[in-house]
Amino acid sequence: MTTLANMPLSRRDLLKGGALTVAFNIAAPLFGPTSTAVRAATPDPADLDSWIAVHADNTATVFFGKVELGQGTTTGMLQIAGEELDLDMSQLRAARVDTEVTPNQGPAVASLSIMDNGPQLRAAAAEARQALLQLAATKLGAPVERLKVVDGVVSVAGEPSRAVKYGDLIGAKQFNVKMTGKAPQKPVADYRLVGTRVARVDVPDKVSGKYVYMQHVRVPNMLHGRIVRPRGQGAYGDGARIASVDPGSIADIPGARVVRKGDFLGVVADNEWDAVRAADRLKVMWQVPPRLPVQAKLFDAMRASRTTDSVIVEEGDVPAALAKAAHVSSATYYGPYQAHAPFAPSCAIADVGAQSALVMCSTQYPHGVRGVLATTLALSPDQVRVQYYEGAGVFGRACHDDSALAAAIMSQAVGRPVRVQFMRWDEHGWDNYGPPHLADVRAGVDADGNITAFEYHGWHHGWATMETSQELALGAAPQPPVSGRARLVNKETLSAVYAMPNVRLINHHVPGLDGYLKGGNLRSPMDLSISFAAEQTIDELAHAVRMDPVAFRRRNMTDPRWIGVMDAVTSAANWAPRVSHAAASAGRIATGRGVGLGTHIVSYGAAVADIEVDRDTGETKVKHLYGAIDAGLVVNPALVENQIVGMLVQSASRALIEEVRFSQTNVTSLDWNSYPVLRFADHPDVTPIVVQRMNERSTGAGEEVMGAAVGAIANAFFDATGVRMREYPMTPDRVRAALKA
Amino acid sequence: MAEELKIRVNDRPVAVAASRDTPLLYVLANELGLQGPRFGCGLAQCGSCSVLLDGVEIRSCSTPVGAVEGKAVTTLEGLPALYAAQRGLAQPPALHPLQRALIDEQAPQCGYCYNGMIVKGSELLARNAQPSEAEIRQAMNGHLCRCGSYPRIMAAIRLASRIMAEERT
Repeated sequence: MTTLANMPLSRRDLLKGGALTVAFNIAAPLFGPTSTAVRAATPDPADLDSWIAVHADNTATVFFGKVELGQGTTTGMLQIAGEELDLDMSQLRAARVDTEVTPNQGPAVASLSIMDNGPQLRAAAAEARQALLQLAATKLGAPVERLKVVDGVVSVAGEPSRAVKYGDLIGAKQFNVKMTGKAPQKPVADYRLVGTRVARVDVPDKVSGKYVYMQHVRVPNMLHGRIVRPRGQGAYGDGARIASVDPGSIADIPGARVVRKGDFLGVVADNEWDAVRAADRLKVMWQVPPRLPVQAKLFDAMRASRTTDSVIVEEGDVPAALAKAAHVSSATYYGPYQAHAPFAPSCAIADVGAQSALVMCSTQYPHGVRGVLATTLALSPDQVRVQYYEGAGVFGRACHDDSALAAAIMSQAVGRPVRVQFMRWDEHGWDNYGPPHLADVRAGVDADGNITAFEYHGWHHGWATMETSQELALGAAPQPPVSGRARLVNKETLSAVYAMPNVRLINHHVPGLDGYLKGGNLRSPMDLSISFAAEQTIDELAHAVRMDPVAFRRRNMTDPRWIGVMDAVTSAANWAPRVSHAAASAGRIATGRGVGLGTHIVSYGAAVADIEVDRDTGETKVKHLYGAIDAGLVVNPALVENQIVGMLVQSASRALIEEVRFSQTNVTSLDWNSYPVLRFADHPDVTPIVVQRMNERSTGAGEEVMGAAVGAIANAFFDATGVRMREYPMTPDRVRAALKA
Repeated sequence: MAEELKIRVNDRPVAVAASRDTPLLYVLANELGLQGPRFGCGLAQCGSCSVLLDGVEIRSCSTPVGAVEGKAVTTLEGLPALYAAQRGLAQPPALHPLQRALIDEQAPQCGYCYNGMIVKGSELLARNAQPSEAEIRQAMNGHLCRCGSYPRIMAAIRLASRIMAEERT
């Protein structure tokens, strides 16, 4: 039996425990419903002790509520804390995110961790430093102004023998200080850790095999569970209604049991392979109405739906400006459902008792999923403890919360801890997909190359309001998906990049319960689709006035940060000014180069793409992508470069091949053959570029280059072929059809 | 029906209780507590569960445990020792050169696919000490990385090739 060491510890254990590498590797009793330990409340962010604990060995544990998703947030957050505390990275540890150990800082979404939560942690670390300096002043008999700190050792300036360690000032005691928000913070000019390329703290264990992913965790007395659902979801809101179940169909599998709550269906067994086999063999009749549109008619259905329309921007007089324009570009663009398709399916362990529950899972928001778990289990939120373990990268809301709910429902039913791991078809088939997008775009330019008008109509449905396990178990109807940030035509992407006198942006919110799939935030939600449409429109205007696409953009930009990020990427790519498709070859392999700009909420992204198109087969290869970001003060440029590498490769994958397939009853792309993603054979070479702006606020850096890259790829296609691709993914079939048209 | 099977994992004979048709992956993960091989798709499409069988990369999610009796299974955990044996080193290094190179390149993001990347990459380097870019792409094509860290894995395999050449001298 596996003996995994990662049993949960109470916050008190952590506070007295010294370096967390020790604390996390000692086997402690399961702190679950059967434990008699006193339950602690979620740490209060108003208390300094909720954020930082200094230990007697002169190390510190940092508590923050944002989870590591492979983006390096843990390393970046420790750099921020270490900077203000004047501690070296080797003296810092991060606590596991846990609703009873770490403060609630909101969900790890929208690339907000460093932007929104970095300042919170910086303030807390400054507060801790101030408190420690006051203790040191008393101990050393010198005023705070004369003290300096190096690696947690406080000394009197010019008298190195008069010194004391942080650890000796506070030992294992707590600060017992309220956050004032007024502690002085280090001037940027004095930074020695923030802004540098510190190696990631999680990489050595991830490479050696010692890193404990959620999928590795085992607890005593545990059963293995699997969910049982139709292969591939149908229309959102229909759930999966059970007509009949035949438990006798798994009677010959030792220890396998059916777990049913409402229409929630699962199996448990002592042995994992038995659980897998039982889920596969259990005979179930489902009622699945054919309420999805024929896939080829998806965009017709969206356009014809009873939309809720809103004006996002209305500036100037767009119709009049279009009427006077020297050239007008007008086209409709299409973006498909795309899947999160994490490399590993979601996994969770739950141990649910009469009065309490412990749930270990990979949710992007441990504090937030508590409420949903509590509702489903008929407990109160403070009876539910959620602990975070990293899973495979999801880039949005895939099935992590759903798997946590499934484990909790099964554990409550069988009275034992249950570990649920989704199968590949569960994860591919019951995802909250990135919704499809339909756009009508019109834009005008004058004879001098000034953009005079821009009009964008976008159709889009919202995101699932309920996890499937809850919907099935409680027989509850999901609320209609609503519009909101990243579910609306984005004015930051559409009207902030270029200076345009007349702009109209209209959002058409499609009712998501009227025969669509479950939607969810998928990396650079909506903005990838928007930039695909908008950046091609801008490129068409440049071509119409026979201008170089970079020079045309620069002419229509005023914000120095947009110009700066475009200059950074075009300079790295050695961009040679020319009119698109002016010097195209006639051979079978057409080569092209394109530029694109884009963002997601904030930050500035730019990309250049070099591609090849095989005119005979329609196969498009992205050979090289250059991607640049200006995200203000970049805490760790190496982390952001790695994010850009991933964004560029994923953008190529999404632009070229990714598309969820469905019949009228259910999703049919349920594995890596039916939902392919880019592999080694076809990934582009990449050049990541970070525009460092030490004196600007840190902003998101995990998704802002996606739209730019997809726009650049589409524009490179035109440069190569003289033909516009209005729909992605740019599959060989679509390419051949476009080249023939 | 569960029976006692004798298999050889990371150069150690072990007895496990499992039905012969149980995929090797579940035995390695649940009976032996190994963290290298891990579930990804269960369909041999992604490479998450890769191990070496007599030095050749296989997918443990779709290989029945009964089929590996009498053969040598090497998991991620056993790669440094296998490397030492292949190179005639007195002591196994702490990490295989490819693992060291992946740290130098700061390659992973979530890192979940790195079991397969390291197992497959080490197999490639064992039979081709200086693979070309095309050879690397072809050899690694059965291994997915959803985070898109392929370019850094490519760079790490090239770096590992150089490290191994230096260690030879």
